[in-house]
Amino acid sequence: MNKEHGRTAVRSIVGLVGVAVGAMLPLAAAHAAEKVKVGLMLPYTGTYAALGTAITNGFKQYVAEQGGMLAGREVEYFVVDDESNPAKATENANKLVKRDEVDVLVGTVHSGVALAMAKVARDSKTLMIIPNAGADELTGPLCAPNVFRTSFTNWQPAYAMGKVAAERGHKTAVTLTWKYAAGEQAVNGFADAFKGAGGKVLKQLTLPFPGVEFQPYLTEIASLKPDAVYVFFAGGGAVKFVKDYDAAGLKSSIPLYSSGFLTDGTLGAMGGAGEGLLTALQYADGLDVAKDKDFRSAYAASYKMQPDVYAVQGYDAAQLLKSGLDAVKTGKLEQGAMIKAMESATIDSPRGAFTLSKAHNPVQDIYLRKAEGEENKVVGVAAGKLADPARGCRM
Amino acid sequence: MDFTTFLIQILNALQYGLLLFLVASGLTLVFGIMGIINLAHGSFYMIGAYLAFALTSMTGNLMLSIALGIPLAFAFGALLEWLLFAHLYKRDHLEQVLLTYGLILIFEELRSITMGDDVHGVDIPAMFSASIPLSDTLSYPVYRILISVVCLALAGGLWWLMQRTRLGMMIRAGSHDRDMVQSLGIDINLLYRTVFALGVALAALAGMLAAPISSVYPGMGGSVLIISFVIVVIGGIGSVWGALLAALLIGFADTFGKVLVPDLAGLVVYLVMAAVLLWRPEGIFRKG
Repeated sequence: MNKEHGRTAVRSIVGLVGVAVGAMLPLAAAHAAEKVKVGLMLPYTGTYAALGTAITNGFKQYVAEQGGMLAGREVEYFVVDDESNPAKATENANKLVKRDEVDVLVGTVHSGVALAMAKVARDSKTLMIIPNAGADELTGPLCAPNVFRTSFTNWQPAYAMGKVAAERGHKTAVTLTWKYAAGEQAVNGFADAFKGAGGKVLKQLTLPFPGVEFQPYLTEIASLKPDAVYVFFAGGGAVKFVKDYDAAGLKSSIPLYSSGFLTDGTLGAMGGAGEGLLTALQYADGLDVAKDKDFRSAYAASYKMQPDVYAVQGYDAAQLLKSGLDAVKTGKLEQGAMIKAMESATIDSPRGAFTLSKAHNPVQDIYLRKAEGEENKVVGVAAGKLADPARGCRM
Repeated sequence: MDFTTFLIQILNALQYGLLLFLVASGLTLVFGIMGIINLAHGSFYMIGAYLAFALTSMTGNLMLSIALGIPLAFAFGALLEWLLFAHLYKRDHLEQVLLTYGLILIFEELRSITMGDDVHGVDIPAMFSASIPLSDTLSYPVYRILISVVCLALAGGLWWLMQRTRLGMMIRAGSHDRDMVQSLGIDINLLYRTVFALGVALAALAGMLAAPISSVYPGMGGSVLIISFVIVVIGGIGSVWGALLAALLIGFADTFGKVLVPDLAGLVVYLVMAAVLLWRPEGIFRKG
């Protein structure tokens, strides 16, 4: 290669680089000012896959309603399948926070995974919105200024159910759940309200998670003869329990109460065994909320399926994020201002408008629902504007 | 605990033990007699349950579905043996573990793609849907009692097959010395294919029979896998009666563990296993 050629080559390379840099610069500048990077860390495979998808759909539904933008910003998604695996949770959350440098973490369903995520969020001071996981700790002892929740605590629906059980005149109760954190927190919520109203919890039964051999417990319940039974189960275990409870002839003699997860998405599989069951949850079928009617028809049109409580919680996570973004307009994503705006936001949720407690958990109506066919029809408000006690939260 | 409750708990323990035997029976053949570590046993159970759900939604009749499902599962087992397992008899256990663990993942994913991740229920056939009242508050579903009867019949049938028929004799001989049996002119490949397919069919049958009471859900195979291995190991590898006895032992330990020491309920079964293995390292009924 002679000198002349060499110089030409150098010049053209410099020229090319110049063009490339020139082309990239305005793009990069535009992105830095406008985009909000959302890290969706949710289960897309495994037992909770349907829940992760519903939350994602709900979130995107709200963004779509806002014209594909949140507070005038383009939304860029970074998606990680957390597989509901706590062992991989820290690594997965770090991927989003460190590699993708997301502005906000949204997740997840499984409480164990959410606890690990929240630790990453606290350590890295990343904004986090929890669209389902109900572990009391997340807005209790482990609460943090940058961690928000749009779902519930395990305590909330259980407390509401305990209140209703007492109001219905029951004096004694037996509780049964898997021996794991969610179940124990729920049972404590029920007992708080039931004992508070003068009821007596005869026995708190637990079985190893995720065992489904309920027969010995049903026998024990039958011999204890309480006025009411409160259980906390979900998924396959919920279906089996309700069927067994019915087949053992207990359903007609001892009323069964539960948090709504017992009958959400499981009534079809229960056959007739779930008919008439009373449960408490922050969402229900047939709510008289205008927002809910719009949300349901829009969601059904977009995704060709009916929304559920998880879709609502995802939808509200996007709303909560928008209220934070509104506070910083198109400027820098200043976290302090966003948190302040999110704390005082009123979320116009399909479940009915709610605000957040000091610990960043919804202060919401918990509905009493009755299973009819495959629907959990609202029959009233079990506990209005119920706030989690947020025990151990210093904020 | 009053006396009636105590008797009902004994009934619960018996019934649960027999159900466990049903679930473990296929593994007794495949692991116990053929010596293959089959981690995918739980998946075959799950496949059975989903088969019962799919066929029942088409035919509307669980009994008919089971009658259709058994030959399907048998054929599926034979196919799997021909495709995969036949290549593993001479390899060591680690490779069997790897293959069968891989199968678990594949079957779960296929299940998710074809049937979705929802929980399903299968109705108990109308003629068995009644319950028998046991006390003023508690009654016992007839279908559970029916399952117990089927389990007892299966245990007897398996024992008869292994100990009293020419096929059983060949299987037992093959498990001792493959090469010798082959050199005597017996088609050992066909024999093993039959036994493996039978094991798969039994696991699927367990899933189909259990579907109405356990419901049909993702990951259900995992829940029976460990307990099945526990039963086969306690019972003594290769022994049908041993497995039955072990299943009943576990049924009692689990039921009364839950009632008497609820805080240790998850542990009792494994304590029993440890105790049995300390007492008899080869299991209760080790066949020489």
